[in-house]
Amino acid sequence: MAALPDLTASLYGRLDDPARDAGYADPPPRKGFFTDTSVCIGCKACEVACKEWNAVPEDGIDLLGMSYDNTGGLGADSWRAVAFIEQSRPVGNQSAPYAGAATGGTSQQLQQDAPAAGFDAFAEAARLGTGVPGGHPVADRAHENTGGCGGGCGGGSAAAPAARSGEQTGGRTGGQFLGMPGMLAPAPLPDRDGRQDVRWLMMSNVCKHCTHAACLDVCPTGALFRTEFGTVVVQEDVCNGCGYCVSACPYGVIDKREDDGRAWKCTLCYDRLGEDETPACAKACPTESIQFGDLDELRERAERRRQQLHDVGVTEARLYGEDPEDGVGGDGAFFLLLDEPEVYGLPPDPVVTTRDLPSMYKHMAAAAGFMLLGTVAAALGRRS
Amino acid sequence: MTPKPSQETPHQPGQPGFEHVPGTVPREREVPPPIGGQAARMWDAGMGSRRNRGKDGRKRRRGDANAVVPDAEFRSYYGRAVLKPPVWTHEIAYYLFTGGLAAGCSMLAVVADVRGDVAARRALRTTSLTAVGASAYFLVADLGRPERFYNMLRVAKVTSPMSVGTYILSVFGPLSGAAAVAELGALLPERGVPGLLRRVAGPAGSVAGAGAALTGPLLATYTAVLFADTAVPSWHEPYRELPFVFGGSALAAGSGAALLLAPVGQSGSAARLAAIGATVELAAAHRMETAHGLVSEPFHLGRPGTFLKAARTLTAAGAAGGIAARFLPRRAGRVVSAVAGASLLTGSFLTRMAVFEAGVASTKDPKYVVVPQRERLEARQRAS
Repeated sequence: MAALPDLTASLYGRLDDPARDAGYADPPPRKGFFTDTSVCIGCKACEVACKEWNAVPEDGIDLLGMSYDNTGGLGADSWRAVAFIEQSRPVGNQSAPYAGAATGGTSQQLQQDAPAAGFDAFAEAARLGTGVPGGHPVADRAHENTGGCGGGCGGGSAAAPAARSGEQTGGRTGGQFLGMPGMLAPAPLPDRDGRQDVRWLMMSNVCKHCTHAACLDVCPTGALFRTEFGTVVVQEDVCNGCGYCVSACPYGVIDKREDDGRAWKCTLCYDRLGEDETPACAKACPTESIQFGDLDELRERAERRRQQLHDVGVTEARLYGEDPEDGVGGDGAFFLLLDEPEVYGLPPDPVVTTRDLPSMYKHMAAAAGFMLLGTVAAALGRRS
Repeated sequence: MTPKPSQETPHQPGQPGFEHVPGTVPREREVPPPIGGQAARMWDAGMGSRRNRGKDGRKRRRGDANAVVPDAEFRSYYGRAVLKPPVWTHEIAYYLFTGGLAAGCSMLAVVADVRGDVAARRALRTTSLTAVGASAYFLVADLGRPERFYNMLRVAKVTSPMSVGTYILSVFGPLSGAAAVAELGALLPERGVPGLLRRVAGPAGSVAGAGAALTGPLLATYTAVLFADTAVPSWHEPYRELPFVFGGSALAAGSGAALLLAPVGQSGSAARLAAIGATVELAAAHRMETAHGLVSEPFHLGRPGTFLKAARTLTAAGAAGGIAARFLPRRAGRVVSAVAGASLLTGSFLTRMAVFEAGVASTKDPKYVVVPQRERLEARQRAS
């Protein structure tokens, strides 16, 4: 009987309430994560909190030799994984914080010029809405504080609106340079191609809790199930380690724990959700890069944040996985990214494999029919 | 400590394997590699644009698959895989073969039964039972928790081809077994209760054998849906052809067993069926190998490429040999028939191995995920 809802579940397309579709009569609002990578500082508190709360085994903390990433990606023993990307970006045009700054020819020059020109890290943080005043979601706060006190107040309170974004480019010298490490990355000497400036992208990756979850649909034991919160969870007492979910996941999230034989992934802290608690990673995130809540509200919040970033010139900000019309029916855990998804190791246009399942079965039936007919045809020949 | 699988950095410059991975940054570039620390590493790790400027300067091996599909430009997270490689081991590839063999044998066994070819029927029923027994072993052994194999019967889910296959196998296995056991009836004495059993065994074997022959095509083709219903690019994309590849391959394998084990006088239908199965298999496989652009590439590279090429030759030669044996003198005909049978069996086995390994390979290089999805995305953006 456990499988009956699956038979009626749609395999593809928009589906507003997967919990109801899975058979819950009156489910609570769908829960999810909005991971705003623009404020991620790569502290990995989410990874640690996740491991601690969910008793996920340690799985190696060696640096990988490519960036500051020492996790490598999601897996059976990494339910949150912070990606670190180092990119060289030309100074003065694409890199938003310095979009209007008095940029010189080289980054070294810029490093000296910026403070001299009144570059103020706190002001920049406020302009971009990256402060966490009072622990409120930054996008909300930014809206509330339209017309607030701005950069001059330091990091304490305000996120200035877009309208004021050009202000500090006019040679304002509000901040005093204290010789502290600035927001600029330590730039290497320019290379032969003139590349010298670096930006870091950081993203805490997690299971997407898809609306149409291939892992769940292909699970032959019913170990994977849809919770009343619309999330997707593995029952470790049922899973027999067939590994089908591993191949089915379009994001490469779920994996088999080698010494254990079963499949493991993020549960969106199902146990905490039941107690009305915030999942461990979101609770631990110090910058509110990971925001937890009702999915509808998160989507609105994310769109506001995207708009806010576009207004201050961060035009590369885009949402990933928020669209209920996309190939997996929208993700329960979605992201704001500052580059193409594949740069973060995410598939640019994932489609749930079960979209084509009806067609697969039709082709299978045709092939089975061919086998029968072929055998009959072969049997009809005369005895040699 | 040894790095976990997800910590392997497959395309890191300076590490083995980097130079030979198609689609990544070519080793010899017209643009000299940048000097400098982070930027240089990023550039080499593919964070810059991936244009193949030095393509003509590359040392091209004979049979370089890039002759089929040009190297793709794409971005990725330091060349790391987007998907998890399947956790299935070669046991699953063996199962594809044994399952198909069991199905093909049970179908030909009915033909032999109807035509009164006792020796052929006996050999085919025995082979079918052996093969289906091996199938069950391979399937259970591949589980992470083999002792929980019975959890497969906990639910019935049409959205899970593995669940569907479990039930197909649960029907086919006992029927195939009953048909094989019925062959023992001939050993019983003719009088008394054993005599009654002896008389019942024949018809009972025919009924069970017919049941197995009707289930066989499902057993042989559901595995194609099993593979296609994953995010593995080279398994999913050819989902229309795969049932025909596997179905044709199963017929070829069953016919091969008959040609190898049955006397020439009783293997006429097998020779004809081998030709039918091989033709469909090769036609479908040709489409699988060529019609899907970049995603077809793994079928030409490395081990799967070699396997598939060998399988093609062996299957075609086996089918031709099976027919040719009909026209040879009795002794020579038997030898050629047996060689043709062995060739068909080996061909079928290698086809399965090739499909299995090509799929695994397509998950390990991010280009098979990123490039097709990016193209799809851009086509959609152009259209709107």
